[in-house]
Amino acid sequence: MADDIKILTGNYAAGYAAYSAMAQVVAAYPITPQSPVVELISKLVEEKKLNCNFINVESEHSALAVCINASLAGARVFTATSANGLALMHELLHWAAGSRLPIVMCCANRGMAAPWTILNDQQDSISQRDTGWIQLYCEDNQEIYDTVIQAYKIAESLYLPVMVCYDGFILSHRSMPVKIETQKKIAEFLPEYQPLVEFNPDNPQNINPVVLSEKMFNKNNELKNGYMEFRKKLQDTLLEALTIIPQINNEYLQKFNRCYGDGLIKSYKLNDAEYLIITLGSLGAEALEAIELLRKKNIKIGLVNVKTYRPFPKTKILEILKNKKTAVVFEKNISYGFEGALSADIKAAVYEINNAPKIQSVICGLGGRNVSFYEIADTTEKIIKNEISDNREYWLRTD
Amino acid sequence: MIKQITELSEQEYLLCGTRACSGCGLAIAYRHALKALGKNTIIVIPACCATVLQGMYPVSSAQVTIVNTAFETTASAAAGIYAGLQATKNKHNFNVVGWAGDGGTVDIGLQALSAAAERNDNIIYVCYDNEAYMNTGTQRSGATPENALTTTTPLFGKQHKKKDIIKIMEAHNIPYIATCSPAYPVDLYNKFLKAKSIQGFKFIYIFIPCPPGWGFNPAQTIKIGKLAAECGIFELFEIINGEKIYNGITERIKNNKQPKKNPVEYYSLQMRFKNLSKNK
Ligand SMILES: Cc1ncc(C[n+]2csc(CCOP(=O)(O)OP(=O)(O)O)c2C)c(N)n1
Ligand code: SF4
Ligand SMILES: [Mg+2]
Repeated sequence: MADDIKILTGNYAAGYAAYSAMAQVVAAYPITPQSPVVELISKLVEEKKLNCNFINVESEHSALAVCINASLAGARVFTATSANGLALMHELLHWAAGSRLPIVMCCANRGMAAPWTILNDQQDSISQRDTGWIQLYCEDNQEIYDTVIQAYKIAESLYLPVMVCYDGFILSHRSMPVKIETQKKIAEFLPEYQPLVEFNPDNPQNINPVVLSEKMFNKNNELKNGYMEFRKKLQDTLLEALTIIPQINNEYLQKFNRCYGDGLIKSYKLNDAEYLIITLGSLGAEALEAIELLRKKNIKIGLVNVKTYRPFPKTKILEILKNKKTAVVFEKNISYGFEGALSADIKAAVYEINNAPKIQSVICGLGGRNVSFYEIADTTEKIIKNEISDNREYWLRTD
Repeated sequence: MIKQITELSEQEYLLCGTRACSGCGLAIAYRHALKALGKNTIIVIPACCATVLQGMYPVSSAQVTIVNTAFETTASAAAGIYAGLQATKNKHNFNVVGWAGDGGTVDIGLQALSAAAERNDNIIYVCYDNEAYMNTGTQRSGATPENALTTTTPLFGKQHKKKDIIKIMEAHNIPYIATCSPAYPVDLYNKFLKAKSIQGFKFIYIFIPCPPGWGFNPAQTIKIGKLAAECGIFELFEIINGEKIYNGITERIKNNKQPKKNPVEYYSLQMRFKNLSKNK
């Protein structure tokens, strides 16, 4: 195996990506299953392999506060967390996006308490989807590494924070070969971070002050934004990311010879597909096996694995779903009181199609419950054949 | 160090027309602290009266860099700015100053404050204590004194003692702790000058009389501030590497050079203690 290919867990792939991107300030707090990321980076810093300010904070809340403000001061920053740690950051997730800071954070996905679980689902990151962060999901450890690198470029091009999500234990603790690129080559792809504001004693600024609802005049009689203008700019930029992410995915392909679909979605056997499985994260790998199984039964089915969940690639999804009969959405989260969040988003996207396909939400794998490709195939087949139709979300292997 | 108020620099970093209430002790303290800190200063401000004091976008009364941050993050945000400046080899030699109220310090921000002090981060942390959550309408804080009426202790006054933030900070073994008051601006100015020159975590406590929150005439801010020190309710001191030195009026009282005043006048001038005077 070549020198630059290491056998790494998902956590180490994430940590090495921060290393390759030469993160200048890292602040993080341990939580299972993310902890090895923090441990790896501390070690790289103490060994002087990574020239970075590692701040040992007392909570995830402070971890993100440090990252936000170090990023504001012009540093490239990194942090990682899971579940309760991410939930503790909630207020600051809004601060990060509202401040337009290109923070990259990994989330090793884990279920939320109560009751306690340390095992995987995606309730943690999905619960944060409306905070203005870009959310990218990964399927294997090489993808984690490559996505973190791309995330910096996306973040720093648009001044938006990016969350790179990967399934706890399934990826965070499973070892796979991962190609680590040199810092030099990464630097060619990822230019230095240019902060939006520069602290200048001769031109002092009041950053993130109270903003009024209506536009106001400044001292030079120029009309300045009200609160809603700032909000709309954030939304406009998130939508712009739908164009920028595929470009960066393509640039990465040119430079490193690896890419992940078009950067927005990854698909499989769509050409003649009448049915679809749609999913998020590492379930994609399992679903791919399910597709093979169903294809053997002559069911014309394809796979969509949503990589970019926010911003939501609506147009893309709509194009794919136009002529399909049924789409089964397997996801490890639930928007309580409705259904799976991804399924709900897809339904909203296909609203504009005449004869929209049937879309069935399947909730699976919560709190680490195993999901096999047999189950995915079997459930999908039953849904296609209308053997399961509950008029609500279907809970896989749940009483 | 300066000896008298006429030696203060004429350079203003806080323009007039702030949004503070008339007679605000915070505005006076802030103005003099900024004179000592100078233009190469970044002030981190959580949700509190100091946020509002700066003014609303797109105008600002402060002539130094201000970074607004979440209520509970003053210390972690200041730590982040310092880490970022250091990592990017920033050349301006900024003083990074966290400037929080009593609520932002002794209550919601205590955890982050403790961590930054424990790490001995090279920042100045200011707790300006107006003894309640003033920005949200004078609710009780951990720093509200016993018996004080607030909007959440409306009938009987606070039934618990004031939290001693100085003792808490002392336990962190930081290089510099100082107390000061807008009633003694020269002392305040000098303590900020000194804090600037010390490496590591500096904690400055400012006792802030607040006319609307305490219920006194805005013309009496300085008088109330002085009374607090003269009757020993508030003490002026520094703790340098663990060693406590009393200053000014407090030093004179402690060394019997001047008698301690009876606190009755201090209490009776303030509506928040009106229950207390009735009982007596
Ligand atoms: C997380 C959070 N909780 C509550 C608030 C509401 N809030 C804003 S300022 C404030 C009180 C501030 O009190 P203090 O720190 O003593 O400063 P003061 O207003 O008295 O100057 C509160 C409760 C907030 N902004 N954020
Ligand atoms: S409420 Fe008190 S501290 Fe706040 S601005 Fe008014 S006078 Fe100053
Ligand atoms: Mg207060």
